[in-house]
Amino acid sequence: MKTLTEPAPPPAPTGSAEVVLTLEHIAKSFGDNHVLQDFSLNLHRGENVVVLGKSGSGKSVLVKCIIGLLKADSGRITVLGQDVGTLGHEAMDQLRAKLGFLFQSNALYDSMTVRENLLFPLRRQWLADRRGQEKEMVQQALEDVGLGDTAEKMPAELSGGQRKRIALARTLILRPEIILYDEPTTGLDPITAREISGLIREVQQKYQTAAFVISHDMDSVRLVADRVALLADGRCYAQGTYAELAKHEDPRVHAFFI
Amino acid sequence: MFNSPFLAETGAIAQFTGRFFREGFRPRYEVREFLYQCFVVGYQSLPMVGITGFIMGLVLTLQSRPTMAQFGAESWIPTMVGLTIIREMGPIITALIFAGKIGSSIGAELGSMRVTEQIDAMEVSGTNPFKYLVVTRVLATTLMLPLLTVLADAIGLYASYVGINFKGVTSLALFTNNVLSGLTFADVLPAFFKTFFFGFAVGIIGCYKGYYADKGTAGVGAAANSAVVVSSLLIFILDLLAVQVTSLMGFN
Ligand SMILES: Nc1ncnc2c1ncn2[C@@H]1O[C@H](COP(=O)(O)OP(=O)(O)O)[C@@H](O)[C@H]1O
Ligand SMILES: [Mg+2]
Repeated sequence: MKTLTEPAPPPAPTGSAEVVLTLEHIAKSFGDNHVLQDFSLNLHRGENVVVLGKSGSGKSVLVKCIIGLLKADSGRITVLGQDVGTLGHEAMDQLRAKLGFLFQSNALYDSMTVRENLLFPLRRQWLADRRGQEKEMVQQALEDVGLGDTAEKMPAELSGGQRKRIALARTLILRPEIILYDEPTTGLDPITAREISGLIREVQQKYQTAAFVISHDMDSVRLVADRVALLADGRCYAQGTYAELAKHEDPRVHAFFI
Repeated sequence: MFNSPFLAETGAIAQFTGRFFREGFRPRYEVREFLYQCFVVGYQSLPMVGITGFIMGLVLTLQSRPTMAQFGAESWIPTMVGLTIIREMGPIITALIFAGKIGSSIGAELGSMRVTEQIDAMEVSGTNPFKYLVVTRVLATTLMLPLLTVLADAIGLYASYVGINFKGVTSLALFTNNVLSGLTFADVLPAFFKTFFFGFAVGIIGCYKGYYADKGTAGVGAAANSAVVVSSLLIFILDLLAVQVTSLMGFN
C-alpha cells in the first residue's frame, strides 16, 4: 500500500546528527517495584530507535515518563534541549506539540468522530498561524495514513488496524519532531502489523521525524529500527543495529532473535 | 479507625474539591465545553424530572385529601402541598433523580475515558483534562440542578391543581393565590440555595469516581454505581445541614 508519494531520502543519520531526546539515568519505582533503575539512551534527529523488552519490563512506564504522564524519581530527560523535569504546565504543553505520543490502546475519543478526534489537538494547541487550514490539515493527516475517507466515522466503526492509523494521524497532525510509539503493532494481525511498521517508516521519511518505538514484535523491529536498545533489569541492557544485536552473544539478548 | 477507607475516601474527595476551586477559576476557561455540558445535563434529565415532579404533586394532593377532609380543612390543601413541594419534596426528589441520571452518566463517562486512556490522551494533546472534563461538568450540574428544581416545583404544583380538580372545582387563579399566600421568602430562598449544593455534590462525586476509576471494565461500572450511592447519601446529609443552618439563621 502506497500512501506517501515523495521519494525516500537517504537512510536516517546516526552518530553525527543532532540529539533530540536524551535519557540520563532514569529511575522509577512503584513502592517496592523498581521498574526503571538506571536507564540511559539518546535519540538523534530523524532516527528510529526501537526499545525492546519483555512484557512488564517497564517500557510503557519509560515512554510515559518522557511525555510527562509519569514523573521519573530521578535522572534527567531532555527533549529538544528542554529538561522535562523542570518545565511548568504551559511550557510542557507547548513542548508536547512537538512530541507526539501514540498510545498502546490508541486512546481515541470514542464520543467523537474521526474528524473531531483529529481536530482536538489542533484546536487545543496555540497555532494561530494555522487558523483556517484545519480542514486541509485533517484531510492531509488522514491521507498520510491511507484513510482519507473515514473522517465522518466513529472510532467504534473502525477495525483495529484502522484505529491505530487514526491514532497515528491524530499524532501526526501537529507535525511533531519526535513521535513516541508504545507497542504500535501489538494486538494486530501480522499483515496489518507489517503495514503499520511500513507506515512508521514512511512517516519518518516524509517528515524527518525521530521515532522512539517500544516493541517486542521482532518483525516490526527489523522493518522499523535504525538502532535497537534492549530494556532489561530497568537498564539499557544492550544497544546496536538490528544485525549487531542479532549476532550478540549474551543469551538474554539473543533470546529475542530466535 | 483513622486510616479507615471511609476517612481516606472523604479526604481524597475533599482534596479533589480543593483542586476544583484552585484550578476552576484560573484560565484557560473551557467555555464551549461548559455550555455543551449545561445542555447535556439539563436536557438529559428533563423528561425524568418532569414526570417525577408531576407524580409528586399529584400523589401529595390525593393522599392528603382524606386526612384534610377529616378536619374539614380541604381548602388548605393547596397551601400545604405548595409548602411541602417547594421547601422539601421538589429539591430532594429532583436532586435524587438527578444523582441517578447524571451522577451515574458522569461517573461512567469519565470512568471509561480513564480506563481507555482518553484522559491521558487529552493531557498529551496539551489540554488540562481536569479543567476540560471536571470543572465544566461540576459547574454545569451546580447551575442546572436549581433550574430543574424550579421546573419540577412548577410542574408539581400544576399536578396538585389537577389533583384537586379530581373532586370539586378550583380555579387556577384561586389555587395559585392559596399557594402564594402560604409562602414567604424564608420558605423559598433557603430551599432554592440548597439545590446549588446538591448539584455541586452530584457533579463533584460523579467526576471524582470517574476520574479515579480502577483500570478494567469493572472499574467503569463501579464508578457509575458508587457515584450514585455516594452523591445520594451526600444529598441527604446536605439537606439535614441545610435545615440546621436555616433554623439557626431564624428562617424557620
Ligand atoms: N501507575 C502504575 N502504578 C503502579 N505500578 C505500575 C503503574 N504503571 C506500571 N506499573 C508497573 O510497572 C511495571 C511495568 O509496566 P509497563 O511499563 O506497563 O510494562 P510494559 O513493558 O509491558 O509496557 C509493571 O510491573 C506494572 O505493574
Ligand atoms: Mg506497555
